[in-house]
Amino acid sequence: MRNKHRNAVGKSPRHEFVAGNGLIDRRALLGSGAALAGALGSAGALTSAAAEPLADGPWSLEVGAAIPPYQVPSPFETSVVRTVDNPNNEPRNSRARTPHHLLKGIITPNGLHFTICHGGVPNIDPAQHRLVIHGLVKRPLEFTLEALERYPMVSRVGFVECGGNSAPLFSNVALQENVQALHGLASCSEWTGVLLSTLLEETGIDPKAKWMIAEGADSPHLSRSVPLAKGLDDAMVAMYQNGERIQPGQGYPMRLWLPGYEGNMNVKFLRRIMLAEEPAMTYYESRTYAQILPNGKAYRFYFLQEVKSFISRPSPGLTLKEPGIYEITGVAYSGTGRIARVMVSADGGKSWAQAALQEPVLPKAFTRFRMPWRWDGGPAVLQSRAFDEAGNFQPTRAEFVAARGETSKPTSVLGFPSQHFNAITSWAVDPKGEVKHVYV
Amino acid sequence: MSMCRLLALAALLAFAAGNTAAESPNLGKPISPSDLKAWDIFVMPDGTGLPPGSGTAAQGAPIFKQKCAPCHGENGEGGIAGQLIGGPPRATLDGGKTIANFYPYATTIFDYVRRAMPYTQPRSLTDAEVYALTAFLLARNKIIGETDSMDAQTLPKVKMPNRDGFITRFPDRI
Repeated sequence: MRNKHRNAVGKSPRHEFVAGNGLIDRRALLGSGAALAGALGSAGALTSAAAEPLADGPWSLEVGAAIPPYQVPSPFETSVVRTVDNPNNEPRNSRARTPHHLLKGIITPNGLHFTICHGGVPNIDPAQHRLVIHGLVKRPLEFTLEALERYPMVSRVGFVECGGNSAPLFSNVALQENVQALHGLASCSEWTGVLLSTLLEETGIDPKAKWMIAEGADSPHLSRSVPLAKGLDDAMVAMYQNGERIQPGQGYPMRLWLPGYEGNMNVKFLRRIMLAEEPAMTYYESRTYAQILPNGKAYRFYFLQEVKSFISRPSPGLTLKEPGIYEITGVAYSGTGRIARVMVSADGGKSWAQAALQEPVLPKAFTRFRMPWRWDGGPAVLQSRAFDEAGNFQPTRAEFVAARGETSKPTSVLGFPSQHFNAITSWAVDPKGEVKHVYV
Repeated sequence: MSMCRLLALAALLAFAAGNTAAESPNLGKPISPSDLKAWDIFVMPDGTGLPPGSGTAAQGAPIFKQKCAPCHGENGEGGIAGQLIGGPPRATLDGGKTIANFYPYATTIFDYVRRAMPYTQPRSLTDAEVYALTAFLLARNKIIGETDSMDAQTLPKVKMPNRDGFITRFPDRI
C-alpha cells in the first residue's frame, strides 16, 4: 500500500513540490484552495473511510455548567501544561517550560508562559510595592503602582527567552527529548506598561551614566546591569501581560522588559534601577551568563537573543499516523528585529523551500511559519532555518559547535552547559512516523 | 542605538528634566539617600557601595559551617548548591566555573552573599559576617592569605585570577 502510494505521488500532476522529500509550495496554504484541495485529494482518496451516522452527544441533551468568573481550559486539555523541574520548592532554582508542541499562533497563554525563579515565586502586595530610580540622575524618584497607572502606556508584542533556552543542544549527543524540554524556555506575549524613557524624563540623567543596574524584590534580590542605551531605546516597565496584570511568575506587579534581550536581564518584581558609569558585575553577569568558549576565554555581555526558529509540529512525541499531507509549523524570532523568511527542509538540509509567514510579522516577537508537506512514509529529517531583516540567519549545529563548543559527554536535559544556542534543530521522522531529535 | 544617539538623547533628557516634567504626570516622589539606605546594596567592582566593617577567614569559618555548608558541602565542595571551594583549574562546557577560575571581581562575592544568601534567610547576615564569609571563600581558594582582613579598602584590590578571561560579545551594544 505504502509503496503503491509512493509511486502514485511521483505521477501526480496536482502537487507543486518545491523541495526534496515532499515539501509543497507554501502558496498551497495561502488562500489557493485549489492547490491544497488537489494535494489533499490524493491523500484523502487513500486514507478516508466512510463517515458513521451522526447522533447527539450527551452535552447536547442537557444544560451545561454555570459560567465561572475566571475561565480555565477544558478538562480535556489538562495535559497542556508546563513541565516544572522543582515541584517541591527545594532550595534551588525553579523552572517551568512552555509546551510549544501543543500550542498554535504566536501568543503564549499566560499560565503557560515559561518561568524561572531563583528563590521561589514571591507573593508581593502591589499596594506596598515601590519602584525607585536613583544613582546618576538629577532627581531620584520613587513610584507606586498606582502612580505608574496614570502614565502614558504602550503595548507591544514580544518574546522573552532565557539565555539558556535550547542549552541541551550543547550536549555532544542528541538528547531524546521533546520541543518543550529542548526549547521551552521561550514564550511570547503582548506586554503593556510605561516606557522606561518616560520615567527617565522625570528623573533626568547625569551625562556620566552609561549603565543601569536593575534589582528585583524577590528573595535573591536578583540584579543585572543593562546598558543605558537599551533602557532609552525600547525598555518597558511592564505591568500587563496579554491584557491582564502580569503573572506572579512573570514578575508581578511589574518587570523590566527589554525586547530581544536575554531573559535574566528582564528583571522581575522590579523595585529599583540605579544609573551608573560602570556595570555592577553582579553574580549573574559575572558567572552564570558568561559563556565558556573552546579557547578557554568566555563571552560576557552577550545580551542579544539571536535569530532562531524551531519546528513545533511535527516534533518528538507527535507521531505521524499515516502517510499524507501535514503542515510543518513552528516559530521564528530574532532579538534584532523582524523575521524576513524561514526556510524549511525535509531532507536534512539538502534542499530548502520557503515557508509561509503568518501575519502579523512583528519585530522581536514570535513569527508563526507554515509549510505544507506530503509525507510519503519514508525517512525524513525536518529542519527550519530563520533569517532576520538585518540579514542574520541560523547557523547549522556543526557550524555553531565549531565556534561555541559542545560537551564531552551527554548532559542532563535540565543542565545548562552554555547559553545562547541558536543553531538549526533537526527532527528525524522514521517509517513508523515516530519523530526523534537528531544531529545531522 | 549608537553611542552618538545615546549621548544626544541623554543630553536631551538631562536638559528636559525640570523643563517638561510639568507636562508629564510627575507622580514620582523625591527620595533621599537616607530613605533609600535599606535597599541600596549594590556593590561595584571599584568598591563603591561597600559598607563599613571587616572580616577574616577565621571569623568566616564557623559562619560557613553553620549557614552555608548544609547546601554547599562541609568543605564547600558542593551539594544541593554549587561548589564554592576548589574545583578544576579551568571551566569547560562540562562544568566547573569556580570562584578561583572564573569570577572576575571579588566584590561580586560580597554583593551576592549579602543580597541572596543564605537561600532561606536572605539579608539576615551582618555586613561583618558577609566580609568574614568573603574572606573565608577567597582564602580557601588561595586568592588571599589566611589572615588577610577584607573591608571596603582591601576587597576591591583583590586581583582575581580570571580578571582578563572575558570577551565582550557585542561591544557596539554597550
